[in-house]
Amino acid sequence: MITVESLTKQYGAVTAVDDVTFTARPGRVTGFLGPNGAGKSTTLRIVVGLTPASSGSAEVCGHRFADLPNPGLQVGVLLDASAQHAGRTGREVLTVAQRMMGLPSGRVDDMLDLVSLTPSEAGRRVRNYSLGMRQRLGIAAALLGEPEVLILDEPANGLDPAGIRWMRGLLRDYADRGATVLLSSHLLHEIEVIADDLVVIGEGRIVAQGPKADLLRAAGTLVRTPQLELLSDALAASGIRSAVSRAVDGGDSLRVEGDPEVVGQVAHLAGVPLIELRAAEGAGLEEMFLELTAETQREGAAA
Amino acid sequence: MTTLASERNPVARVERRVPPAPIPLSRIAAVELRKSMDTRSGFWLLAGIVILAVLATTAVLLFAPDDEVTYETFASAIGFPMAVILPMIAILSVTSEWSQRTGLSTFTLVPHRGRIILAKGIVAVGIAVVSMLVAMAVGALGNIVGPAIAGVDQVWNADLGDLTNIVIANTLGLLTGFMLGVLIRNSAGAIVAYFVYSLLLPTVFGVLAAAQEWFRDIQPWVDVSYAQGALFDGALTQQQWAQLGVTTLAWLVLPLAVGVVLMRRSEVK
Ligand SMILES: Nc1ncnc2c1ncn2[C@@H]1O[C@H](COP(=O)(O)OP(=O)(O)O)[C@@H](O)[C@H]1O
Ligand SMILES: [Mg+2]
Repeated sequence: MITVESLTKQYGAVTAVDDVTFTARPGRVTGFLGPNGAGKSTTLRIVVGLTPASSGSAEVCGHRFADLPNPGLQVGVLLDASAQHAGRTGREVLTVAQRMMGLPSGRVDDMLDLVSLTPSEAGRRVRNYSLGMRQRLGIAAALLGEPEVLILDEPANGLDPAGIRWMRGLLRDYADRGATVLLSSHLLHEIEVIADDLVVIGEGRIVAQGPKADLLRAAGTLVRTPQLELLSDALAASGIRSAVSRAVDGGDSLRVEGDPEVVGQVAHLAGVPLIELRAAEGAGLEEMFLELTAETQREGAAA
Repeated sequence: MTTLASERNPVARVERRVPPAPIPLSRIAAVELRKSMDTRSGFWLLAGIVILAVLATTAVLLFAPDDEVTYETFASAIGFPMAVILPMIAILSVTSEWSQRTGLSTFTLVPHRGRIILAKGIVAVGIAVVSMLVAMAVGALGNIVGPAIAGVDQVWNADLGDLTNIVIANTLGLLTGFMLGVLIRNSAGAIVAYFVYSLLLPTVFGVLAAAQEWFRDIQPWVDVSYAQGALFDGALTQQQWAQLGVTTLAWLVLPLAVGVVLMRRSEVK
């Protein structure tokens, strides 16, 4: 269980994380989704105590991270796979962590096996690792202590498609055994497949969160019309929010926060011809992701 | 490869019965000691101490005039390279956490930076003391072999007090490097700062003392390397110990305290 409450982080004038509140629950994979620079890494660093928060609090397993007696046995953390001493071998990186946690040395071989690093690869220095190998090594280090919570920042970066699939299976399985898995990504497709819950962040602020299924359902209506402005004015006049869809090419589609039926009625009354009218569900979460993050970006620019 | 996950997944111990025991400081120190040796740079720095001790001893055997084949000659020949290498080891043990970014895992496995720094300090001092003992043993060996070759009497002109003072001096030098590592947290920056500290600063103080009479009187109370230098010249007077204490407090202890406070508040990225 990870509980983040009203977390805020300011870097001078920049508010990297702005009043962020969410919970990642046991037995579920929580996807932390947001475009680059949204504040994902900063939030995760604050959760594990590497960055001090300006205000707010974060707890893991019911405690502040710093109050965990041997954090590696409770929380597996992978923030940046490249953050390893280039001159250490992969095996040595794991051995250092294994010793620090006080685990039996056999654990290192088990983990190397699990992430498919061969003995000869494990004997190479990290300097000579590809990003994908570093990512595997980082995941091995995170899993070393059989933690009940996993915190992974963009773990799919640098993995090949087979590797990404393997990781999904691993995390799914891990969550199914009751662990809390929190992973971040700036790519919706990556997260859409694996996450049970979503926390969407843009410009430091949470723009949507909840079970993935609910968020999908709330995606609204997609409407295509040759008279885009007329329709959006008519919708606005009826108090219905809409925005030009980014997920559909052509620039003649609106995503509307309302049922297709209502949208159809408004269009009819305004005398706007429609080319297409349907629930936006089909456009998937991407629509929502793009819309929501674009929205905060606009607000941010206006402010 | 893709089948591994389901076959032998590490079981998440969600229903953990007892909370894990805290990590003892001794374990952190043991891991830090390992980390200071498990990279090529770390290994060669440590190996360098031994190699240079042997080289220095050999050089004295080969080149020193017969009347200078004394234990003191051996000790200072070995001591010089060590006085340079030990602070580097101390600096890198701290700064590599930032420069190599290993701090991300170190400080999440042990989310108490003060404890990590303490463990690193213990390890650095331990390495210093052990390597000096090794160096002294090598020097002693040289001082047995050397006079035998040269056909002169063995001269043991350094007593236990002298040797202790040398150990103290080198340990203070090492801690200076350590302090700069904690304060600056960047390998290149800390190494440059160390040379400013140990080479430039004494020169400036020396020039100042030569030019200004008022400074000459207070120099022993201000110039840390002046005060520490006394340690290499045999026994210290009570006043010299006081001067050593005052300068060490101002130039080592206080900046180290500031460095630790800043480091604990800093961001690790
Ligand atoms: N040390 C820092 N100083 C100033 N700004 C920072 C610092 N760290 C992060 N930021 C800013 O905070 C924002 C969030 O960054 P980050 O958490 O890395 O985003 P993400 O991981 O979602 O891509 C960015 O705008 C970034 O420029
Ligand atoms: Mg990031």
